[in-house]
Amino acid sequence: MPTKPAGTLYRGKVGMWSWVLHRITGVAIFFFLLVHVLDTALVRLSPEAYNAVISTYKTPLIGLAETGLVVAILYHALNGVRIILVDFWRKGAKYQNKMWWAVLVICVALFVPFAIRHLSNVFHIG
Amino acid sequence: MSVVIETPRSPRSRKGANWEKYGWMYMRISGAILVALIFGHLFANLMVGEGIHAIDFAFVGGKWANPFWQVWDGLMLWLALIHGTNGMRTIVNDYVERQNVRKALVWALWVICGALIVLGTLVIFTFDPCPAGSDPSLLPSFCTK
Ligand code: HEM
Repeated sequence: MPTKPAGTLYRGKVGMWSWVLHRITGVAIFFFLLVHVLDTALVRLSPEAYNAVISTYKTPLIGLAETGLVVAILYHALNGVRIILVDFWRKGAKYQNKMWWAVLVICVALFVPFAIRHLSNVFHIG
Repeated sequence: MSVVIETPRSPRSRKGANWEKYGWMYMRISGAILVALIFGHLFANLMVGEGIHAIDFAFVGGKWANPFWQVWDGLMLWLALIHGTNGMRTIVNDYVERQNVRKALVWALWVICGALIVLGTLVIFTFDPCPAGSDPSLLPSFCTK
């Protein structure tokens, strides 16, 4: 009976998906950072120029996009800590799977209060 | 397209510095510091007071009048740009097979990184919170005192 190839440490499991998400979020944050350094540099031009551009950040659309960016940052940062633990902690490799689920739980735990506060600011609630 | 793969069991060259190792360590050290810097940045700018609606020229002027936030933001700028650029270099090395295209992209990444570090550092440390001739209502309150 031919059997399906067994999964490896990486293929098709937490090891792979954690890495795929880490890579995608890293690229997204990188491109945002390029834009963010440039928009902040406008303070050197004039108060009017900076305020005009930053006012677009206060619109509902960008407010929502920013919420998405924070999700990406939360995941990348916490999974980055998981990678560091896998590499430097004696039991890191043994617990890499459990640590990934912990990363997701902490992401949600930090995201919920962030989203409540940020979105009520964006949409002027409360 | 042919790819030359080194003989798997050949020992690594011990000539010169092992830059890939330093890059690997840099990703981890900068990452650990960036967690604190970025979470603090998001909290101070988006969670306190009116959050996003409070951010304008006067807000930034007020923050950078304080050397604490100048150093915070300066460190974040350098660590994050070099971390992000080195990460992008890894990704380019993974997916771009044509040698000259790969080299051009990696070169462009470091040029952009260097330009933004110079720009950002100048902005943080040569910034004038009270530019002459500006509408006082747009400036931090300490400008008119
Ligand atoms: C918030 C704190 C952060 C932590 C803890 C962190 C951690 C890490 C770690 C451990 C790696 C893996 C390096 C390797 O496998 O050798 C990595 C990769 C990467 N990081 Fe970060 N990082 C953070 C912030 C950022 C920021 C702000 C950016 C963008 C400017 C960024 C962009 C990237 C990219 C593009 C990669 C490469 C991904 C890949 O090779 O698949 N990271 N990060």
